[in-house]
Amino acid sequence: MEPAGFPLFPEQASTIAGGVDRLFFFLVLVAGFFSLLIFVLIFVFAVKYRRRSEDEKPKPIAGSHTLEIAWSVIPLLITFVMFGWGATLYVRNSRPPVNAVEVFVVGKQWMWKLQHSEGQREIDELHVPVGRPVKLTMTSEDVIHDFFIPAFRVKKDVVPGRYTTIWFQATKIGRYHLFCAQYCGAQHSAMTGWVYVMKPVDYEKWLSGGGGESMESSGEKLFSRFGCVNCHHADGSGRGPSLVGVFGKPVQLESGETVMADEAYIRESILAPNAKIVKGYPAIMPTFQGQASEEQLLQLIAYVKSLRMAERMTK
Amino acid sequence: MATLAAEPPRVESRVNYLNASYGVKSWLLTTDHKRIALLYLISITFFFLIGGMAATVIRLHLISPTGALVEPQTYNKLFSVHGVIMIFFFLIPSIPAVLGNFLVPLMIGARDLAFPRINLLSWYIYVVGGLFTLYAILAGGVDTGWTFYTPYSSTYSNTHVIATALGVFISGFSSILTGLNFIVTIHKMRAPGLTWFRLPLFIWAHYATAVIQVLGTPVVAITIVLIALERLLHVGIFDPKLGGDPLLFQHLFWFYSHPAVYIMVLPSMGVVSELITCFSRKRIFGYEFVAFSSVAIAVLGFLVWAHHMFVAGISTYAGLVFSILSYLVAIPSAIKVFNWMATIYKGSISYDAPMLYALGFIGLFTMGGLTGLFLANLGVDVHIHDTYFVVAHFHYIMVGGALMGYLGGLHFWWPKISGRLYPDKWARFAALVIFLGFNLTFFPQFILGYLGMPRRYAVYPPEFQVLNVMSSAGASVLAVGYAIPLIYLIWSMRYGPVAGPNPWKAKGLEWNTPSPPPTDNFEETPVVTEEAYAYGE
Repeated sequence: MEPAGFPLFPEQASTIAGGVDRLFFFLVLVAGFFSLLIFVLIFVFAVKYRRRSEDEKPKPIAGSHTLEIAWSVIPLLITFVMFGWGATLYVRNSRPPVNAVEVFVVGKQWMWKLQHSEGQREIDELHVPVGRPVKLTMTSEDVIHDFFIPAFRVKKDVVPGRYTTIWFQATKIGRYHLFCAQYCGAQHSAMTGWVYVMKPVDYEKWLSGGGGESMESSGEKLFSRFGCVNCHHADGSGRGPSLVGVFGKPVQLESGETVMADEAYIRESILAPNAKIVKGYPAIMPTFQGQASEEQLLQLIAYVKSLRMAERMTK
Repeated sequence: MATLAAEPPRVESRVNYLNASYGVKSWLLTTDHKRIALLYLISITFFFLIGGMAATVIRLHLISPTGALVEPQTYNKLFSVHGVIMIFFFLIPSIPAVLGNFLVPLMIGARDLAFPRINLLSWYIYVVGGLFTLYAILAGGVDTGWTFYTPYSSTYSNTHVIATALGVFISGFSSILTGLNFIVTIHKMRAPGLTWFRLPLFIWAHYATAVIQVLGTPVVAITIVLIALERLLHVGIFDPKLGGDPLLFQHLFWFYSHPAVYIMVLPSMGVVSELITCFSRKRIFGYEFVAFSSVAIAVLGFLVWAHHMFVAGISTYAGLVFSILSYLVAIPSAIKVFNWMATIYKGSISYDAPMLYALGFIGLFTMGGLTGLFLANLGVDVHIHDTYFVVAHFHYIMVGGALMGYLGGLHFWWPKISGRLYPDKWARFAALVIFLGFNLTFFPQFILGYLGMPRRYAVYPPEFQVLNVMSSAGASVLAVGYAIPLIYLIWSMRYGPVAGPNPWKAKGLEWNTPSPPPTDNFEETPVVTEEAYAYGE
C-alpha cells in the first residue's frame, strides 16, 4: 500500500528525477533568497522609517542609473542561468535512447489503454522493468489527455490526431501514481492508474504471461485484412511503394519535398493518403479513416517498423 | 488620519456627482465617468460574490480525498464557473473599469473620458455579456474550465459552452472600448502642463493595459467564433476528426490570455506606485524606469504565450524560444519591485490600510513572480505543469497581486469616491486577515503541486489530504477577510465621517477637488506645474 501520512516531497524513481529536483532546489534557493530579501526590507524599512510626526518631510530621491542597471542586469544573468540549465534538461529528456522498451498508449475518456510491443495489453496500469529505458508513444481517441508520472518527473499531453512521446528509466522497484493531468471531462480525476516497476526477470515473466501475439504480428494480419498487401508489395512491383526498409528514412515526395518516415508520417499516410504522395506513384490509395482504430494504427506502424528489421536481416 | 469617533456625519449640502440628480434613470443613462465607475463597482462586486461562492464550494469539497460535497461533474462546473467569472467578469474589469474609470479623467485634469457615451455603452455590453454567462450557469453550467481547450469544448462537452463563450465574447467588446477610451483620453485630454513624464504612474499603467486590451481582446473573440463554428456547423478547425488542429486553439487562446494576466496585474502595479509614494511621502524612485517597465511588460507579454504549452506537444525549439522570452518578461516586474523598495527607503511610512495592501501586494506579487520563474523553466515545468503549483502561482499573481492592488486602491480612493472615511482599525485588521488567509490557502498548494497533485481533480489520493485541508482552512479565513470590507465600506457611505478633499495629504490632481467631486470634476481646468509625487515640495 501507499505510505500513509503527510509527504512533503515526491519520491525519486527515475534517472530524470534527480536532475529535475536539483534544478528545482536551485530555483527554490534563488526565489527564497529574493522573497526573503524583499520581506525583510519591507519589514525593516516599515519599522525604521515609520512616521514619527505628522509634519515629517523626507528628502526626495530621484533615482540612480547605477542601481537601475544593477537590478536589471543581475536578475537577467540569473534568469539566463535558469534558462540554460532548464533547456539542457529539456533537450536531453526529449530524446529517447534507441534501445528503449517500446510501449504504446491510447488515451480515451476516461481510461488508459496500453500495449507493449510484445503484445501484452493493460488498462490503467503500466508494467516496466527497472534500469531499462522505456519509451511511450501516445495518442488519444477523443480529447487531449496528459500522461503524468510524478515519481518519474515526466509528463506529456496525449493529443488526438498526433503522436507524442516520452521516455524514462525507472530506478526503484515499486508502485507509482499515474495521473491524467490535462482536464478531459466528467471523470478526469478518475483517469488515474499505477505504474509498476519490476525486476527485469519479473517483467519478462509478466510479458510472456498474456499469451497474446506481438503488435507486429497483429499489424501483419491487419496489413492483409485491410488489403494493404495488395498494392504495397515487398519487391516494389505493386501499385503502391514497397514499405520494406522505409521506416526511419527520408521519403521523396511528388512535390519535391522529402519527409522523414516516422510514426506520424505512416499514420497520416493511412488516414489521409493524399496529403503526401510518394514520388513516382499515383494518388489512388483510399483513406482508412474510421476503419482503423488508434490501436490498430499503432499495430500497423509496428509492422511497418518491423519491415525495416527484415531488410537488415536480408542484408 | 481622522478616527471613527471624530464627528457625526454632516449632511452634505454641496452639489456633487452623487447628489446632482436622483432616480434610477439618472444612473442608468448617466455619461459621468464617476457614476459609470460605480455601476461597474456594483456589477463586479456581484460577480465576485458568485465566483467566490463557487470557490467556497470547491474548497469545502476538497476537504475529503473522495470529495466531500458534490459529484465530479458538478465539481468541474464549479471550477469552470469560478474561473470564467473571476477572470472575465471580475479581474479584467476590476481596476480599469472601476478605479480607472473614476480616476483617469480626475488624474489628468479632464472633465470626463473622451467618449462618455461609449463609456456607458461599454458598461451595458459588460452587463449583457455577464447575463449570458449567468444564463449558462443557471441553465446547467459549463464544464470546460475557463480555458475552453479543444476538442473538448468544441466537440465533446455537452454543457452550455456556446452561451458561456458568447458571454465572454460580448464582454470582450466592453474591454476593448474601455481601452480605446483610455488611450484617446490620455493622449488628448491632459491638463495644461501635464506632460507624459509628469503623469501619475497609475496613468502609465492604464495606458499600457489599454494597449493590451485593444490589441489582444480581438484575438480571443475570433477564437471563440471559431469554436462556435466548429461546435455548431462542424467546420474542422480544432478537432482532428474534422481535419483540425487542437494545438492551434491553445496558441490563439494564450495569445490573448497570457497578456490578459497583465491586464489584471498592470493596473494594480499602477495603484501600488500611488500608494507607496503617498504613504512614505516620497517621490517614486526611478520614475522613468517604473513607467517604461509597464510598457515593456505590455510588449513582451505578447511574446510568451507558448510557455503554457511546454508539454502540449510543441517542438523543442519552440520551447526554447518561449522559455527565454518568458524569462525576459520577468525583468520589468523585478525593476518595479526594486524601485518600490527604494521609494520607501528613508521615507515617512504610515500604516494606513491602503499602505498595508500595497506592502502586501509587493510581498505576494514577488512570490508569484518568482514562482513564475519555475514555470518558465523547461526542465522543471514538465513536472509542475498542470499541477497545483500552477494554481498557487497564478493565484499569487491574480489574488495576491491584482486583487490586493484593487482593494488597496479602493481603500485609498474610497474617501474620494464616497466622500466618507471608513473605520481605519477594521480596515487594517481586514488587510491582515486577507494576507494571512491568502498565504494559508495558497502556499500549501505549491507543495501539493510539486508532490504531483494535478489541478482540476474532484477526487485525489489520500496522501494529499492534509495540505488540502490546510488550504481549505485558509480559504475560510480569506472569506472572512473579504466580508469585513464589504460591510464597513457600505456602512461608511452613510455613517462614515466626512473625508474632506484630501484626507491622506496626497499629491495628484484628484485630491485638489472636493470629495465627492462635482459632476464636472474641477471648478476650473487645473494647470500642472510640478512633477508627479512632489511630496518633498
